[in-house]
Amino acid sequence: MNFNLTEIPLNYYLALSAIMFSIGVVGVLTRRNAIIVFMCIELMLNSVNLTLVAFSAFHGNTTGQILVFFVMAVAAAEAAVGLAIIIALFRNKMTVNIDEINIMKW
Amino acid sequence: MNFEVIFFFLIAASAIASAILMVTQRNPIKSVLFLIVNFFCLALIYLILHAQFIAIIQILVYAGAIMVLFLFVIMLLNLGDETKLVEKMSYKKSIASILSGVVLLEIMIGLGLPFGVGFSAMNSKAIEIGTVESIGKSLYTEFILPFEITSMLLLAAIVGVIVLAKKKF
Repeated sequence: MNFNLTEIPLNYYLALSAIMFSIGVVGVLTRRNAIIVFMCIELMLNSVNLTLVAFSAFHGNTTGQILVFFVMAVAAAEAAVGLAIIIALFRNKMTVNIDEINIMKW
Repeated sequence: MNFEVIFFFLIAASAIASAILMVTQRNPIKSVLFLIVNFFCLALIYLILHAQFIAIIQILVYAGAIMVLFLFVIMLLNLGDETKLVEKMSYKKSIASILSGVVLLEIMIGLGLPFGVGFSAMNSKAIEIGTVESIGKSLYTEFILPFEITSMLLLAAIVGVIVLAKKKF
């Protein structure tokens, strides 16, 4: 076992995570396709996971990686339920454009 | 600049590039494929961080299960190009871009100020905490209650999905 610990500082991981989160925010705010909005939310979840794993490795603590495991389980449940909602919406309105789905708008 | 730093920058650049392509792509299927590329890049970064278990789970669960579900739904709904969804209001887009730039700045400042000084080297325990053994041990002892509750959550999700997707409203 002669692994070398990396020389990459923590800030690089945090910067990458921040950039990916912001790209996800752009996608959620600008796209009209509901499925792509969902995928941007997955991207944001993943960037937060990267932050958790980086802090876990730099602190020497397992808890961050356990939290990532639970985030993945919740993301799987969220994706399944969200896609089922999109299928139900598509049955009713024949569209996934979030501008046309305004039935709950007051 | 040793090999590892160059490798990290390569992976980070491809992760950011695939994320941008995912957001800008008109065809949803291409968008899904770029997101899968992004997830593989993230799995490689987890490997650099010595988190082997999370890296494998990332590929198995995210790229393998969740994205296949997305692809399946897109092909089921037969969504073609987004040409009909042309955005008329481009000022909203620019407002959204400015807002997310502000978000990026805030996150950078918020993360950079407290952690900018220390943490230049990884903790020496990092190699052993990412293994399946150590994660499984704390998952089944310290975090056994959240683990069981997660299984209940997944059961509820299964039932909810069947109810939502089956019923004709």
